[in-house]
Amino acid sequence: MIELAQVVKTYSAGLATPYTAVAGVTLDIPGGQLTVLKGPSGSGKTTLLSLIGCMARPTSGRIHLRGLPPGLLPQGADADPLEITSLPERFLTTIRRRTFGFIFQQFNLVRGISVLENVMLPTYPTGEDRETVEARAVTRLEALGMARHLKAPVDRLSGGEAQRVAIARALINDPPVIIADEPTAHLDSRLSAEFMELMGQFKGAGRTLLIASHDPIVHDSPLADLVIVMRDGQVVTAP
Amino acid sequence: MIQHPGVLALLLASGLVTLLVVAAAGLGWQILRHWDQHSGTESQLALERRTYLVSALLSLALGVQVLSLFLFIFTADGLHSQFVGAMCAAGSLAAAPYGYTTLLLKVGTCLLAGAWIVLHRADIRAYDCPLIRPKFGLLLGLAPLVLAETWFQTRYLTGLRADVMTSCCGSLFGQGREGIAAELAGLPPALMHPLFWGSLLAFAVAGGWFLRTRRGALAFSLLGLAFFVIALVALVSVFGLYIYELPTHHCPFCLLHREHGFVGYPLYATLLGGALTALGVGVLSPFRGRTSLASVLPAMQAKLAWTALGCAAVFTLIVGIWALVSPLRL
Amino acid sequence: MRPSLQRHRSVLDFALSSLLRRKGRNLALTAVYTLVVFVLASLVFFVQALKHEAGELLEHAPDMVVQRMVAGRHDPMPASQVDAIREIRGVEEAEARLWGYYYDPVYGGNLTVMASPDPTLLPGSARIGRGVARNMRVAEGDMVPLRGYDGLPLLFTIQQVLAEESELVASDLVLLTPADVRTLFHLPEGLATDLAVKAGNPRELATIAAKIVEKFPDARPILKAEMLRTYEAAFDWRGGLMVVVLSSAILSFIIFAWDKATGLSAEERKEIGILKSIGWESGDVLLLKFWEGAVVSLAAFLGGVLLAYGHVFFFSATLFEHALKGWSVLFPRFRLIPALDAYQLTVLFFLTVLPYTAATLVPCWRAAMADPDSAMRS
Repeated sequence: MIELAQVVKTYSAGLATPYTAVAGVTLDIPGGQLTVLKGPSGSGKTTLLSLIGCMARPTSGRIHLRGLPPGLLPQGADADPLEITSLPERFLTTIRRRTFGFIFQQFNLVRGISVLENVMLPTYPTGEDRETVEARAVTRLEALGMARHLKAPVDRLSGGEAQRVAIARALINDPPVIIADEPTAHLDSRLSAEFMELMGQFKGAGRTLLIASHDPIVHDSPLADLVIVMRDGQVVTAP
Repeated sequence: MIQHPGVLALLLASGLVTLLVVAAAGLGWQILRHWDQHSGTESQLALERRTYLVSALLSLALGVQVLSLFLFIFTADGLHSQFVGAMCAAGSLAAAPYGYTTLLLKVGTCLLAGAWIVLHRADIRAYDCPLIRPKFGLLLGLAPLVLAETWFQTRYLTGLRADVMTSCCGSLFGQGREGIAAELAGLPPALMHPLFWGSLLAFAVAGGWFLRTRRGALAFSLLGLAFFVIALVALVSVFGLYIYELPTHHCPFCLLHREHGFVGYPLYATLLGGALTALGVGVLSPFRGRTSLASVLPAMQAKLAWTALGCAAVFTLIVGIWALVSPLRL
Repeated sequence: MRPSLQRHRSVLDFALSSLLRRKGRNLALTAVYTLVVFVLASLVFFVQALKHEAGELLEHAPDMVVQRMVAGRHDPMPASQVDAIREIRGVEEAEARLWGYYYDPVYGGNLTVMASPDPTLLPGSARIGRGVARNMRVAEGDMVPLRGYDGLPLLFTIQQVLAEESELVASDLVLLTPADVRTLFHLPEGLATDLAVKAGNPRELATIAAKIVEKFPDARPILKAEMLRTYEAAFDWRGGLMVVVLSSAILSFIIFAWDKATGLSAEERKEIGILKSIGWESGDVLLLKFWEGAVVSLAAFLGGVLLAYGHVFFFSATLFEHALKGWSVLFPRFRLIPALDAYQLTVLFFLTVLPYTAATLVPCWRAAMADPDSAMRS
């Protein structure tokens, strides 16, 4: 589903020497499966996730997305597979919004607003009808058992609850791909197992899952279809 | 110079717009030189971010220019009592050199900035930024125009000298100076009527043709611009007379006064809006061939075309009704 | 609701909540902004109101006043000249006026003494303006001594103190009978101070003035239109002067605003990073910043204008009046008539909101350009 060819990402702005986070990765992420990126911190997992998830553009190399829902780009750029590397930010964001749902390591919830607002936040710039979005958000939160906390400010939630809000937010636009970066880093074993169960449900529903983690509960889980080991910005074991 | 707060506001706004446009042009020059859509390097990303800044700068500049156009006319109007023989803004504009030049340049920069915004809106809807070069080329052309406008406006405003009394000498300004012509030359109605209605017809026909067949955009745009210019002249020469109920009052600015129901506002707004949108259609037409714009442009042009035709309709309606109900008969 | 409209609404909603989440900082900014608008608006309203007043006053002034000049200074006019001017074609009325300045050494202050043709004014009595009454601490029925040209005091009984409405024009006025004026100033019969001329057709005034000068080269005609122009120019000049003086305050405010916009707290930066990471693109974040700025500007502009309106029209611009009205011992006290129009508001907008927007543009843009993946990397 997602094809990377010789992808390189170098950061040079403001640094004395350029730092290469991803050094020539060629990879195929299959659709409908759970893929795990395993490796120590600094191996480039997070950067690779952000490149795949259309959050950043590679310095060189090409990324192709296959099997996207039709009519994603109304301007006739539709091609399957879609090459996203030279798209301007506007279009990249549109693709990202409709294709990928992110769950961040730090959850990245906006403090000072309620749970419901946090979940609805990604849809504000699209101008989608407020009531429809709210209904959808409530459904997601209820499915995750957070119905009681709809109006609660996010500052008061526990780690597990905050993560479920983050998951609900990632799902607000019903994306076919879910990307999670070190999701179990702030969770105990019980909550980690619950998280993996949730992932299993999503996989059962046909979504593609991509998780970066060095937690054995994740990469040793029977649900994982493919484990890719990374070190120093390169893939060590090929699929 | 007359140290009126309005004058100071105009000078400030002018300086600001110059700053904004020159900054935008500087950034645009860099973007033009180094733009490479397919590169993913950080410098290219930085350039992409700069385009947001340029568009923000120019949007603000356009907003300020349009407002300052009205402010300029109002300030000139408000100052008219300071000059002997001046009855309204027309007199003030003639009281020092470059008054009318400034006005024309202001309108010109408004139109060009509007054209830029139309190009920009089309550009961002396409996935490969096809209009980067034309856009920033236009910007480099806009910058000197804005500089010229600021210069002329400053010369005009600082050149204004109020005809005030000095303590001991005679104050017979009425004798020393011939009355400042508050009248612009008016063309005869016999000429203007066929010209106006003819160009309106041509414009409407071109509009219908364009909207139906999506062809002839350039012709539509040119006919539209011609119509709005003719409409302006017709307003001063013929239609204004019905509003003033005087066969000799050819002032374009008195329409903005309370006693004429502020009718000048909607009239000039439709003229400016119509000219802007008609120009927009024409500005986009050379790029119909680009693949990435193929699906975007027709819809945009259609919307602009409808707006231009709408403006023409509103204008004609207002002047037509006024001409019918006015007690004046030419 | 159309998507574009709903987009603005949602982003505006978030902008408001964003502003409220950082109350302290935004309140400080809005307060300073409001103050700047207040000061400028007070200035603009006051100047406008003064011009309006001057215009109203001069409504009743004579269209043209003719004075006689000797060696560049004003001298009384002989009756023959008065009669000759009356004969000029186009002159409808020519009234010989009798008046002069009187300096009161006891209480200070220059009074304008004028002859009133009103038959109800008794000889030996005076009608005085409120300013005079205040200054000399007298009221109806009291007696005031005025020193004649020969040093001997003349006593006048106050018959009436002029009404409050006349303050602006008649504050320093003392009305006496023509005979009393002549006695006070030692002006013999046959001499008038100047001439008030009314023309049948006001457009002819300049022509009539020319004829007068032709006939009497020592005459100086002053047209009402010229007086009005001069007043307006003086008020404008003073107003503009104060704006220039205040420009340093405006500049400080701009720098302050720019500083606030650049100095985003870590919390704010993080928030923008989060927004970018969940699907807001740069243009959307710019829109957010735009709405934040618009809300602050609107609040400050409205607040400043309302406060200024109250300040000028209810409190008579206590903060500024001395700079703008001029220096004098006899200060007329008057309530300004509220006069507000779109033009003044536009000028204020240009002098306050525009510089603020321009100053915060680049910092806002810089903030909005955060990398989407910065939220992931932190």
